[in-house]
Amino acid sequence: MARMKFLCDSERCIECNACVTACKNEHEVPWGINRRRVVTINDGTPGERSISMACMHCTDAPCAAVCPVDCFYTTADGVVLHSKDLCIGCGYCFYACPFGAPQYPQLGNFGSRGKMDKCTFCSGGPEDDVTPAEYEKYGANRLAEGKLPLCAEMCSTKALLAGDGDIIASIYKERVVTRGYGTGAWGWSVAYKDASAA
Amino acid sequence: MLIKRSAAPRPSASRSRIADAFASVAGAPVDRRSFLRRSGLAAGGLAAVGTLSLTTVRKAEAGPTIPGVPTEIRKNVCTHCSVGCTVTAEVQNGVWTGQEPSFTSPINIGTHCAKGASVRELVHGDRRLKYPMKLEGGEWKRIGWDQAIDEIGSKLTAIRDASGPDSVFLLGSAKFTNEAAYLFRKFAAFWGTNTVDHQARICHSTTVAGVANTWGYGAMTNSYNDINNSKAIMIMGGNPAEAHPVSLQHVLRGKEVNRAQMIVVDPRFTRTAAHATEYVRLRPGSDIPLIWGMLWHIFENGWEDKEYIRQRVYGMDEIRKEVGKWAPAEVERVTGVPGEQVRRIAEIMAKNKPSTLIWCMGITQHTVGTANVRALSILQLALGNIGVAGGGANIFRGHTNVQGATDLGLDVTTLPAYYGLAEGAWKHFARAWEVDYEYLLNRFGKADMPRDAKKKLMEAKGIPTTRWFDGVLNEAKDVDQPDLIRGMVVFGHGGNTVTRMPEVKTGIEKLELLVVADPHPTTFAALSDRRDGTYLLPICTNFETAGSRTASNRSLQWGEQVVKPIFESKDDYEVLYLLSRRLGFADQMFKNIKVDGVHPEPEDILREINRSCWSIGYTGQSPERLKLHMKHQADFDKITLLGREGSPVAGDYYGLPWPCWGTPELKHPGTHVLYDTSKHVMKGGGAFRARFGVERNGESLLADGSYSAGSEIEDGYPEFTYGMLKKLGWDSDLTAEELAVIQRVGGASPDGVSWTTDLSGGIQRVALLHGCSPMGNAKARAVAWNLPDPIPVHREPIYTSRPDLVAQYPTRDDSRDFRVLNIGRTVQTKAVEQKLADKFPILLTSGRLVEYEGGGEETRSNKWLAELQQDMFVEVNVDDARRLGVRDGGMVWVYGPENGAKARMKALVTARVGKGVAFMPFHFAGFWQGADQRGNYPKGTDPIVLGESVNTLTTYGYDPATFMQETKVTLCRIEAA
Repeated sequence: MARMKFLCDSERCIECNACVTACKNEHEVPWGINRRRVVTINDGTPGERSISMACMHCTDAPCAAVCPVDCFYTTADGVVLHSKDLCIGCGYCFYACPFGAPQYPQLGNFGSRGKMDKCTFCSGGPEDDVTPAEYEKYGANRLAEGKLPLCAEMCSTKALLAGDGDIIASIYKERVVTRGYGTGAWGWSVAYKDASAA
Repeated sequence: MLIKRSAAPRPSASRSRIADAFASVAGAPVDRRSFLRRSGLAAGGLAAVGTLSLTTVRKAEAGPTIPGVPTEIRKNVCTHCSVGCTVTAEVQNGVWTGQEPSFTSPINIGTHCAKGASVRELVHGDRRLKYPMKLEGGEWKRIGWDQAIDEIGSKLTAIRDASGPDSVFLLGSAKFTNEAAYLFRKFAAFWGTNTVDHQARICHSTTVAGVANTWGYGAMTNSYNDINNSKAIMIMGGNPAEAHPVSLQHVLRGKEVNRAQMIVVDPRFTRTAAHATEYVRLRPGSDIPLIWGMLWHIFENGWEDKEYIRQRVYGMDEIRKEVGKWAPAEVERVTGVPGEQVRRIAEIMAKNKPSTLIWCMGITQHTVGTANVRALSILQLALGNIGVAGGGANIFRGHTNVQGATDLGLDVTTLPAYYGLAEGAWKHFARAWEVDYEYLLNRFGKADMPRDAKKKLMEAKGIPTTRWFDGVLNEAKDVDQPDLIRGMVVFGHGGNTVTRMPEVKTGIEKLELLVVADPHPTTFAALSDRRDGTYLLPICTNFETAGSRTASNRSLQWGEQVVKPIFESKDDYEVLYLLSRRLGFADQMFKNIKVDGVHPEPEDILREINRSCWSIGYTGQSPERLKLHMKHQADFDKITLLGREGSPVAGDYYGLPWPCWGTPELKHPGTHVLYDTSKHVMKGGGAFRARFGVERNGESLLADGSYSAGSEIEDGYPEFTYGMLKKLGWDSDLTAEELAVIQRVGGASPDGVSWTTDLSGGIQRVALLHGCSPMGNAKARAVAWNLPDPIPVHREPIYTSRPDLVAQYPTRDDSRDFRVLNIGRTVQTKAVEQKLADKFPILLTSGRLVEYEGGGEETRSNKWLAELQQDMFVEVNVDDARRLGVRDGGMVWVYGPENGAKARMKALVTARVGKGVAFMPFHFAGFWQGADQRGNYPKGTDPIVLGESVNTLTTYGYDPATFMQETKVTLCRIEAA
């Protein structure tokens, strides 16, 4: 059975931010909220690497473990989604998440948080698939349309892969064998526990 | 916990959601291969994937925004660089509602960068100019199109009557389609001036001049896709990871699949350098010494391709002498690159062939730009890398159609297709346009001037965009035309793109008429303290009009109109028609172009290009063939770009990369790799162009024993003329119709009619029939005797950080060209005498960011992009920052050595730049020497992000061959603010 995963090949990522704007464009994510972002380490020195980061849709997701209103759920495809109707914007998930994925719109002048927003793996929320209600709260539902997350589909160097974990792992493995360097899919051991293979 | 799907009835409990989705949407379960493809497998086994079809999936695609409304798919081309990424737009009810990956495009294979992934925002247009406007008493006032065209027409006519047509500066755009670029050049010809320029002047004019003078054509020799075949890749003076991100897909795949070494030469450790196997940091402006240093090792060790040089290169021995002066110690002294590293990169490039050389603005934007380009070209010739798949000079250009706009003559030195400005060129176009030569001649100069004086202006180079303000501000005696520039018409061009901006600002203020035709008001409208006489015409974006664009690899791609022009905007075609009608020459100009009401049809403009632009093979790319290619993108191989056997595009190269010889009916496939002798000319083969005669100082300039596959002449030969066909006895292959055209063109001397002037295409057809290249088969020129420096020599920048080297390597003497003065030597001497390098101790260079493009008005108005780069900044080296007391993220004042210039911005303290070097991105405007100019924009059209322009600080310095500006080396002083 398909289990959806993200994989960012840091040997390929050039910090072009296509994933960021593709996501914004597809879901009309407002200014200030970033479901996906690109992080550069060792900026400007040899060893510089960039990694595109978003919700990794963890196995046994820590955000779900700490949520006081239990708004998270995992789909049959292994995608971690949440209900904005249940979310109270408490921010616990932000502290639990190893990837900094949860985002909150600022509601008032005193920094009160709105309902949490994060990457949905382009698969909407609890509402019926591909409906205006779903779109308004969670953005597009590409999975229901037979498509994969747009960030990965548009990645300029095909650094960011998204899809069935087994398939993207095999693509990545083939790539690593071909080039003979650059193993280690960033974040996999944290997100997917048993995914040491890639 | 909620489990969304468990609550709903499921077709099969064992099937996962994704499989369900495919099944329900596409009507049939998706096969594994299609699914793999969407997962990004294309990255791994590219060639195999190219043949797969996605039809089962694509059929049912619908945008998410308006469920239930039918979606139309329209394809256009991304506007933000020259890679030529296909943009697949989803349109519902005439509104662009979604953008999907273009997996079938052989060029981008589904991908985009930050700009390409957010182009839909351009057409939402929150910050666009919505209707024509006029500046009156310092206030922006809304006017109608009729009034705008009428008033502009009157003012242009008044300037023309008093001062002649050369007093209006026409600035075109690399954002034009090919058809609009051609139309704009034609407009200038009918208006009566050669002062018509565009962005190529300030990006790759030196490349065009440099490579065209070396081997014939001013363009990338291979393609982005072809880099997949390279065994070594050297990128010099370019940061494609930010400027051409999608190209990195091909570069990195080449690097991975071939285990190719990737060398990046740049003063900054760029995002591209982060992926290099070898990073070389050189002192900005010392490119020629580095290349000569590499060649020193190549010649010393006999690594050059001796047979290739013997057969196909003229003058390499003279290069050898110059290179002899650049022994490792001197190279290290001048460039700062360790000697051992120079040897190593020379060896990598020489021993891992085919090796490709990629360059961009870091090479071209210098006072020695043309010489830089020539040095790099000579390196590739010495290694035998030109005309070879996987090799080549892969010159990455900057805009969607900067190659096409250059090809079609938005250049002060030539008519379309590089015909030049001589009488023969004008006569060719007079015939092609079916207008009287005397009519065109009489459009030039002031009405009462004698014929000779008009003819002289008609054949004189115009004033380039780097110098237009000198044409406004100089004394009349220093400008070689009837009067100074008094009016300016700008289509699609930023106002912060040229150096010496304080003088640009004064120039704008002195203009009597300024017309800005653009989707945005641009810096031109907001920079100055003008109060009257500025007109803003809202032009739609590329996506709201149709036409072809030429990507960097010379492929033409037809873009469909995605949506109708929004607000009151119009496309370039219509505005040019309206202007020419108001000025009274529309009937002549559009004699053979179909005009639908007031809208010229782009297909018909392309047909006229096909009928006239023989010299670069823009003749075979009919609109029908280009549209067929867009429709059958999936049938092209993703590396060779060749159409699949059995498909409607079998045997064609994608986009019919020019030269695509002969008429469309001849079905020439286009040329993927220029000068490739391993192929038959009818399969895209060729040889170096015989452009510079057949002999020089007793030595033949024609190829020696080298010829393209299947050529009936098994040696070098000159370019084809009717006379040559007769000598070869091939004239009998011409049809009666072709012969009639040749005789009509030739008049009394038909023998002189050549492959470039024969309007029938017969001479090209017959040459190809015999396996010969119409443009001849010559040697490339290592020595280009017609250029200011026939052999490239190192010359220090005008404002150099190494004044100790100026005596030995001075810039060229002052000169007068392009109707104005070039006093570079005077400025350099003064800078050394005044010890400016002590007062301004930091070398300032500039470049591009991935989020923005060019002057940045369009991209800084795009909210998705603006969010990612909210501040203008200067990169300061860690050691310098410590010494200057500059904090990371703190504000600094940066001072320049000319015009008392200063600019205030954030400091980014980083080891990315070397000690003593600072870097600024060039996309910002809207702050002027510390002052916010947001109020100068018409309400609601101000870009989201404003910042200081680097060009406030950049200084004097022009390449002698093209008047390219020096943007990469100047001096500055940085102080914490």
